[in-house]
Amino acid sequence: MDFFLWLLKRLLALVPTFFGITLISFFVMHLAPGEPMSIQADFNPKMTPEMRQRLRAQYGLDKPLYIQYGRWFNGLIHLDLGRSFSPDRRKVWDKIRERLPVTILINVLSMILILVVAIPLGVRAAVRQNSLFDQVTTVLVFIAYAAPAFWVALLLMLLFGIKLDLLPISGLHSLMGYDSMTTFQKVLDWSKHLVLPVFVSAIGGLAGFSRYTRSSMLEVLRQDYITTARAKGLSERKVIYRHALRNALLPLITILGLSVPGLIGGSVIFESIFAIPGVGQLMWSSVMARDYPVLMGNLVIVSVLTLLGNLLADIGYAAVDPRVRTGIQEGD
Amino acid sequence: MKRESIERKRRSIGAFCQNPLAIIGLLIVLALALVAIFAPLIAPYDPQAIDTFHILEAPSLLHPCGTDSLGRDCLSRLIYGARISLLVGFVAVGIATVVGTFLGALAGFYGGIVDGLIMRFVDIMLCFPAIFLIMAVIAFLEPSIWNIMIVIGLTGWMGVARLVRAEFLSLRKRDFVLAAKISGASDFDILFSEILPNAIAPILVSATLGIGGAILTESALSFLGIGVQPPTPSWGNMLTEGKNNLEIAWWLSVFPGLAILITVLGYNLLGEGLRDFLDPRKD
Repeated sequence: MDFFLWLLKRLLALVPTFFGITLISFFVMHLAPGEPMSIQADFNPKMTPEMRQRLRAQYGLDKPLYIQYGRWFNGLIHLDLGRSFSPDRRKVWDKIRERLPVTILINVLSMILILVVAIPLGVRAAVRQNSLFDQVTTVLVFIAYAAPAFWVALLLMLLFGIKLDLLPISGLHSLMGYDSMTTFQKVLDWSKHLVLPVFVSAIGGLAGFSRYTRSSMLEVLRQDYITTARAKGLSERKVIYRHALRNALLPLITILGLSVPGLIGGSVIFESIFAIPGVGQLMWSSVMARDYPVLMGNLVIVSVLTLLGNLLADIGYAAVDPRVRTGIQEGD
Repeated sequence: MKRESIERKRRSIGAFCQNPLAIIGLLIVLALALVAIFAPLIAPYDPQAIDTFHILEAPSLLHPCGTDSLGRDCLSRLIYGARISLLVGFVAVGIATVVGTFLGALAGFYGGIVDGLIMRFVDIMLCFPAIFLIMAVIAFLEPSIWNIMIVIGLTGWMGVARLVRAEFLSLRKRDFVLAAKISGASDFDILFSEILPNAIAPILVSATLGIGGAILTESALSFLGIGVQPPTPSWGNMLTEGKNNLEIAWWLSVFPGLAILITVLGYNLLGEGLRDFLDPRKD
């Protein structure tokens, strides 16, 4: 029961945040010198003042700002984000919807990669603090933090794609002969194409997460209950994986939630490098084309995704740590 | 009391000097500053000089980092690129630090509704993947270097705000604040002359670490073609050139990235070193 009350409160807290997101997005949209449609109009030599006025009315730009916001917001909650400025004039939501699955797939895969690799690394570094292994991973973490992801992507393309010719470097699947492949071959083909993008989008998270795991583990290993567990004569393995790791992983759930915006933000970079038709690429191309409706739609959808990611992390945290949902803090 | 603090300072300077990573960071940062300042003296060629007889030449004694598709000397462009990166890093972080410190100080000092509103604003800003927000704003403005710096700054102040808020929360009930209040100091004075000096250390650490992040963001934007525009050399837009010639000119992809890596590494190492030096409480 506690849990549902907590969840209800948490969900209610989303409402103002969501309003804030839409307000900021709307504000950004009105940063444009002139108006969102001015560029479209400026490039058209045949544009007369009357036509401009008609266009303004068509986009509702002749109304006061709060009415414009109201209309836009109303459209937004009905998933009506307007139509693209590009010649196809398609609905913005349709454009985003068809690209979301790829971006989410790659981000989920890289999150799995991060968890599977970074946690054991961090645990090992903590258990053998100051060992050679710890020092080497520390240096690697510093380098991974400092290396621009798109540069690493270029180097990997150079090495695996061009010099060794092992992996494809663009797109989601082969263009030639893809239709005649068996299902298994198709899966294999996709996987080959996804190796580099998933790895590149995971680098930052790998570094961060192994670091957080390490410091969280070090913190836990100092606690009394670990000494107790050791004193009971439990094997070191049991102490570390049963008693220490479980508690060390708790704060990591929150960090996982906080890393969602960074991961999604990274999509812009690796999708444009590897020519992957996802939301990041759509964002990039709409910036290049000044396709404002698509741009704003993207901004809102992506931030709402982040909001949901944080919510999931909070739910996960509350599910494993009763202190959160009961509101009881240490020392109470 | 005083002797104790001098003693502690001496010990932490000792700790800083014994931290080889921090020293490496400091040396990198100093060396880069010199390179950026004296770029015209160091660069062997004019970074904009087009030389159609030496297009896409591999590294040699004449051109240690090779030449690009217009025959421009890459080493000279890298050297001038340091100016852009450092300028963007410092100005963007400066803006983020001022905004974050101001809002964080208000939130921490006043608490209540002010705190609630500011922190909710921070939460909302954190929901936007920074690069999406930056791209959206850049699309509406001109992608000039000044706009880039302002936008990176205005989307990166949330961490500082949280940090400063926490510092102010713990400092506002101290005796010296009470004393200042009783002696009739204005809120502005208490905030910025009494409390702020006590919170400088963590702000400095986070600013140093932030410079690396801002340089990475600028290079990513320039790489995507929405940051510093050619022909002004920036490490990010040099890598675009590298990507376009990936199959024939590896040097165009390798060296600019190395420059970014070393620079960001330098600031991060220095920042971590400063943290141990200025703020021995945290490990």
